Amino acid sequence: MTTRAIGARIPRNEDPRLLRGHGCFVDDVNPADGLHGAVLRSPHAHARIVSIDTSRARALPGVDLVLTAADLGEVNQPTPLLIPNPHLTYPRTPRPLAADEVRFVGEPVAFVVARDRYLAEDALAAIDLTWEPLPVVASVEAALAEGAPLVHADVPGNRAARMAQQVGDPAGALARAARVLRERLYIERSCGSPIEARGVAAEYDRRAGTLRVWVSTQAPLPIKNGLARIFGLPEFKVDVIAPDVGGGFGTKIMLFYPEEILVPFAAIRLGRPVKWTEDRREHLIAATQERGQRHDVEVAVDEDGRILAIRDRFVHDAGAYTPYGIVVPIITSTQLPGPYRLRNYAVEFDVVYTNTAMVTPYRGAGRPHGAFVMERVIGLIARELSLEPAEVRRRNFIQPHEFPWDVGLTFQDGGPTRYDSGNYPLGLELALERIDAADFRRRQAEARRERRYLGLGIGCYVEGTGIGPYEGAHVRVEPSGKVYVATGLTTQGQGHHTTFAQIAADALGCDPADVTVVTGDTRKFNWGAGTFASRGLVTSGNAIGIAARKVRDKALRIAAGLLEVSLDDLELTGGAVRVRGVPDTALALGALATVANPIRYAYGKEASEAALRLVKPREGAVLAPGEEPGLEAYAYYAPPQATFASGCHAAIVEVDIATGDVKILRYVVQHDCGTVVNPTVVEGQIHGGVAQGIGGALYERIVYDDQGQPLAATFMDFLLPTAMEIPEIEIIHTETPSPLNPLGIKGVGEAGAIPVPALIAEAVDDALAPFGVRVREMPLNPSRVLELVTEGRERGRGAG
Amino acid sequence: MTPPEIAITVHVNGRSYAERVPPRLLLSDFLRHHLGLTGTHVGCEHGVCGACTVLLDGAAVRSCLLLAVQTDGAQITTVEGLAGDGERLHPLQEAFREMHGLQCGFCTPGFLLTAVELLRDTPHPDDLTIRRDLAGNLCRCTGYQNIVHAVRRAAELMGRR
Repeated sequence: MTTRAIGARIPRNEDPRLLRGHGCFVDDVNPADGLHGAVLRSPHAHARIVSIDTSRARALPGVDLVLTAADLGEVNQPTPLLIPNPHLTYPRTPRPLAADEVRFVGEPVAFVVARDRYLAEDALAAIDLTWEPLPVVASVEAALAEGAPLVHADVPGNRAARMAQQVGDPAGALARAARVLRERLYIERSCGSPIEARGVAAEYDRRAGTLRVWVSTQAPLPIKNGLARIFGLPEFKVDVIAPDVGGGFGTKIMLFYPEEILVPFAAIRLGRPVKWTEDRREHLIAATQERGQRHDVEVAVDEDGRILAIRDRFVHDAGAYTPYGIVVPIITSTQLPGPYRLRNYAVEFDVVYTNTAMVTPYRGAGRPHGAFVMERVIGLIARELSLEPAEVRRRNFIQPHEFPWDVGLTFQDGGPTRYDSGNYPLGLELALERIDAADFRRRQAEARRERRYLGLGIGCYVEGTGIGPYEGAHVRVEPSGKVYVATGLTTQGQGHHTTFAQIAADALGCDPADVTVVTGDTRKFNWGAGTFASRGLVTSGNAIGIAARKVRDKALRIAAGLLEVSLDDLELTGGAVRVRGVPDTALALGALATVANPIRYAYGKEASEAALRLVKPREGAVLAPGEEPGLEAYAYYAPPQATFASGCHAAIVEVDIATGDVKILRYVVQHDCGTVVNPTVVEGQIHGGVAQGIGGALYERIVYDDQGQPLAATFMDFLLPTAMEIPEIEIIHTETPSPLNPLGIKGVGEAGAIPVPALIAEAVDDALAPFGVRVREMPLNPSRVLELVTEGRERGRGAG
Repeated sequence: MTPPEIAITVHVNGRSYAERVPPRLLLSDFLRHHLGLTGTHVGCEHGVCGACTVLLDGAAVRSCLLLAVQTDGAQITTVEGLAGDGERLHPLQEAFREMHGLQCGFCTPGFLLTAVELLRDTPHPDDLTIRRDLAGNLCRCTGYQNIVHAVRRAAELMGRR
């Protein structure tokens, strides 16, 4: 091999198309004769539908169809519970259209199909509804109050689930400890809000009986198989395509969103293509959201700052339904220990229904909450014992020689929470060195003399990535010499068309630019789950690597036969097989692909030449028993368990005590995602994750009033950070390859977002230490920062 | 009662289109669904995210906040008009690729057209100027850093030409 494709900073294969405006997102799909849908949504957080009359809407010109729950018949079943769990004792999932009761503002009640989107939206206003408003619980506090109204009449106490896990003897350790610290912590509701909102288009061919659906989703294969079941079609007659997807962040893997059923239903009913495109208001009220937990944590600590035990009890806000089970709080509870030696740990959580939008995983998926709690505990210990938070971390880290480290808990996938590799102490030191922590206290003191308040914050995390069940790959060399790769998951910006190409090219000794990758198209690959949980590169990447090596082996085998040499004498490089050191023996991969398909016909000059030159008369069958035509292979990769990535972020902030503004002056990321396939792509993932983390720490908050009305339903109210708020992010890559998979990869998709709220909290604490401020909640907007300063000053006066 | 359609002529990417459109049709929908120029994306439909930015008589505007009928007689440039038909990309497009200034690519057309206007008016902007100018466009994937670097790099490339 010459230069390795894995590890190279190559520009992305997908870029020229996207940069020219030639991407194809769902709303860009415009089948001929297509109609448009619009969804009527509940204006109430909790109400009974007394009557619904669609006759005026149906009579409007240009309106083709109006659907209510009654019109859907058997299709209007509660959507499937995706990830059942015995602790989820009261699972509840929504129906495509609410039948008699709505449980959050934005829940779909009717679906209109018309000639265009404008007419469809007009018709929504002509549907006559009579509501009987019901009492609302808009927060976990309200839901858990004595005698609280019930979100679901048959779910006592609004409790969907309770789960506990424990390692060691936390009760004993807490009882014996001389020092036990306690804290109540909040992390509020946010959401992924990709810039492309959701969308669905569907086309039903009555002659062929085939349904084709385009969805802006992270999981087309599960949608395909589910739609086949829902509509009673054979799986092979349903195609689902996630074309270009304009960001996902977890929001686009909630199946089934109602529209994913309503749009195909209407297309089948009408025999005409139907499309629905979500607007931003719909997205912010009715797409799924996340975060939203309240923690009560206790920590037992010795005089040196070593953690003896932690007990955490928390409440997780599920919103109105639990379609994605209790994955998020399970992840919080199992990833909370982070990089620390925690031999005595108890965690218990309640999952509570509220009359708010549904909660499903959003980038980080429970981990930012866990890291917030754990890192706040580190800060608490540091303050109690007058130590630097970095020093408390040093004293509690799992050491590099202790891997594999078994946390002792059952992870979200049912497998162990067993850390495979890493070097946490090194990560911290690298981050501290880069941010010049050694000199920081001097600079901080100097700034304070000028009444400027600087703070240093650190945030560490461990992230279980690359979970199963499996993904697969199809790798084929075409007679042109170009390589085709297909896999079942989707791409929503991660650069798979490049990183997957690099993995295939690395095995096939060719240029990654000659590899075309297809994702998100069930016509091209029929097996797999989807892109979520930082698993794409671990699962599909390894499957592609395995398939490409099979293709490589076959190319070498064919070449050995043609050149009449032994396999050991051959090398594959520069897109051709040759006898080592004998350049004129080169057989291009394309020529070998031609030979591998002995059909007598050769298309084009190169293939003709290859056939003439290489195909020799032979006796008997052209394919030996067990041999398959073509230079191609399929392979699958099923990880044995999650692989655990890690990192340490450090930042210096300045807090303006007059305005409450928190400005990030420097931001350093150390991260370890095992083998890095393309450092540029990895850095991009981290930049974006950190930006979302900063949004979640300082700006973005989904707010409901006490009647469950969403108050952040536009981008004027739900504040995504802009280029003015996000600083330059400095990245340090460390690579501890995973011993669990052939390529040594760990996932990195969510990593950037995880420790940011924790780190901002520590930095603000540090900056405002003169006022005795302690941050116990996220996010922190400027007015809240000012309140904390004022409270601190008043406390100071009271004490002084 | 649907109001009658209105005849307009607009010049998009150097080509003239004479169309009849409903008065309430958004410019973004006109470009995307009437002219088939789907490179202009719609992210919020209330003028905050900037994904739908196009050049209208040279000025970067939000096509979701304009009606098609308001652009009668105007010159419009969309992302499809930046590079022409040849192989060669516009320097901003080249720089976005070189600096990894895009991930999912959905917000990218809006950033490109905003930056076209910036570099025309300010050929050598410093980073703060770039950030301030791009602050009207939202990106959820990149954290903006590589977009800022790409605009800086494009300024270099354009300076050389």
